[in-house]
Amino acid sequence: MRHIISVLVENEFGVLSRIAGLFSGRGFNIESLCVAEGIDPTISTMTIVTTGNEAILEQILKQLNKLINVIKVTDFKEMDYVSREMILVKLHTDEKTRAEILRMAEIFRGKIIDVSPKTYTLLVTGDEEKLKAFLALVKPIGIKELVRTGPIAIARGEKTIKPKEIQNKGGEADG
Amino acid sequence: MEGVDTIFCYPGGATLNITDALYHSDIHQIVVRHEQAAVHAADGYSRASGRVGVSLVTSGPGATNTVTGIATAYMDSIPIVIFSCQVNTMLIGNDAFQEADIVGITRPCTKHNYLVKDVKDLARIIKEAFFIARSGRPGPVLVDIPKDVSAASCDFKYPDKIFLRSYQPTYVGHAGQIKRLLKTIAVSKRPVLYTGGGIISSGASQELLKFAEKLSIPVTNTLMGLGGFPGNHPLFLGMLGMHGNYAANMAITESDLIIAIGSRFDDRATGKVDEFAPRAKIVHIDIDPTSISKNIKVDIPVVGDSKNVLKKMLEMLDDNKEDFENFQQNITDWVQTVNHWKNNYPLTYTKNGTLKPQYVIERIYELTKGNAIISTEVGQNQMWAAQFFKFLKPRTILTSGGLGTMGYGFPASIGAQVAFPKSLVIDIAGDGSIQMNIQELATAVQYNLPVKIVILNNRFLGMVRQWQELFYEKRYTWTHMNHAPDFVKLAEAYGAAGYRITEEKDVDDVLHEAFNNNKTTIVDVHVNPEECVYPMVPAGAPLKDMLLV
Ligand SMILES: Cc1ncc(C[n+]2csc(CCOP(=O)(O)OP(=O)(O)O)c2C)c(N)n1
Repeated sequence: MRHIISVLVENEFGVLSRIAGLFSGRGFNIESLCVAEGIDPTISTMTIVTTGNEAILEQILKQLNKLINVIKVTDFKEMDYVSREMILVKLHTDEKTRAEILRMAEIFRGKIIDVSPKTYTLLVTGDEEKLKAFLALVKPIGIKELVRTGPIAIARGEKTIKPKEIQNKGGEADG
Repeated sequence: MEGVDTIFCYPGGATLNITDALYHSDIHQIVVRHEQAAVHAADGYSRASGRVGVSLVTSGPGATNTVTGIATAYMDSIPIVIFSCQVNTMLIGNDAFQEADIVGITRPCTKHNYLVKDVKDLARIIKEAFFIARSGRPGPVLVDIPKDVSAASCDFKYPDKIFLRSYQPTYVGHAGQIKRLLKTIAVSKRPVLYTGGGIISSGASQELLKFAEKLSIPVTNTLMGLGGFPGNHPLFLGMLGMHGNYAANMAITESDLIIAIGSRFDDRATGKVDEFAPRAKIVHIDIDPTSISKNIKVDIPVVGDSKNVLKKMLEMLDDNKEDFENFQQNITDWVQTVNHWKNNYPLTYTKNGTLKPQYVIERIYELTKGNAIISTEVGQNQMWAAQFFKFLKPRTILTSGGLGTMGYGFPASIGAQVAFPKSLVIDIAGDGSIQMNIQELATAVQYNLPVKIVILNNRFLGMVRQWQELFYEKRYTWTHMNHAPDFVKLAEAYGAAGYRITEEKDVDDVLHEAFNNNKTTIVDVHVNPEECVYPMVPAGAPLKDMLLV
């Protein structure tokens, strides 16, 4: 099954390789990974998409939690969420296809962000289904290159994914 | 601060600033002969004393030499802090002389590790390193210190408190879960306590003893759990697993309730996972949530510290006496069955006039009355020590359970001897394993550490040979070690004492002398070369399918 996992981590060097190591050490593929700071510059949010056996995935979630630099792990499977991805796609163009590409861009609310005599580069955002549909439509025109961010996700409604309230003294070491 | 009294160390260019700062220090500095041994010694010091062990090594090869030691401690959850030195910050990543990315290399075998980039962070990082090493599920932490950082200075302030928002181990078990667990125990008819290294690391052996005695529940230990329950106790079934006691493995197989505490269902303990405890519910108490339902599906998990949870269980037991009114009566048949297995299938070996390794261990136990710290190497020697020595107290067995590191036992015994200069510390060794860190004889002699190495010398890499005998039609490829040194002369060459035993009749006298001579000592015991360890559950078979003597 496909999972979107959000991991809040300390924004420090080395953290990404610890996380990647957990997946690779178990022969698990990371389909996509987005990392960036959120509101609090000391915390980065990683959004990881992975597919695989549920039991192994449960292990990975626990192991992620166990990493000293990981603040919180959330599997979006447990809540309603929205996710979006961005793609940049470079298409072959000529007189015959230019109008068609412009129409597609409009329908999918994409933008042309770069133009050359033989290419158009489009930016399109959306959820997985939308991007899939878009790519299927432009494929016959000729895709020269495709770059995608992988999805980022956020909970629906008022729910947020924040570091848990730090309630107990468990993390304190005495003098 | 951290109260470190001893470090196990080895110098190099990158350690010079620190080495120099230690010139007038009171910290006991044991300089080993190989960095792997520095880490095993720190680990042995920690296992024997319960304190955090510390080692300090140089960059590059010094650091990479520690990896086996670190992985050994990691697999067995032993709290140690390893300081490795590193090339100048500016040179990191340049393939500088004696540079190795030790933080990268040890990432998967440390609980956590640090590269210190600014001397101002050093005090906080050291505080965190010790805290992380000893708290929660303990483990090794590595701190890599570049040479320019150790040369820099700043105002020293050791933090009184640190706070890690991302690391808060759960010590207190969920009360509701503990209640459920007790209710489940109350209605069980064939319960077994299956306990591991968590009992030792949390210091829960008293609570375990009370709990087991209160309800008369039989106890089996994993290799790492030995000493957590008295080895001579009537409720003790011995170790379980691949070379476990018949009674222990049968009890697991027939049980209707396994109460696992501080054990992680390692494959050497469980045998074939699908047929582990086929008739039992499983309750599991462990401080590490990742251990729960990893190999074996657990019915009632309790995340928490073993000692803490056992204490709570004892309290609740007193408050819920009525639940247990019929308990003793309900388990009478079970206790009888278990005792029947114990009495009819004890650990044994054929006595045929040759010098048997099992006999040597039995005699060591009798001569010391169990009053010794035993380290082991890996292989048959380790299993015989685990089987035939009765470990009466926690922290009296030092053995590489998870990684199975040959060469661990001797340096670990050095560490233990440093922690307890007056105790009798014995490394039960094989002729193969001892050669993996034999150079430490120089260390032991230099620091007057009267460690006793008893080599069960079978001229084979015995455990591998045993598999070849049983599963590869005796094709002894690579395992015949007929080119060993003369261990007695070797001991003497290092300035240690050396003895040889070739006949059963000399065992007591020579061991007695060796244990009382106050010197680093090798006892080279020429045992029956083709002895096997039994019982044995072949790899991948269920526990009940034991090969017996
Ligand atoms: C560092 C290392 N290398 C290889 C092994 C594989 N191994 C396990 S037991 C064993 C034989 C050990 O021989 P010895 O020390 O003579 O002990 P014995 O089994 O004969 O008691 C070997 C080679 C290991 N455990 N550790």
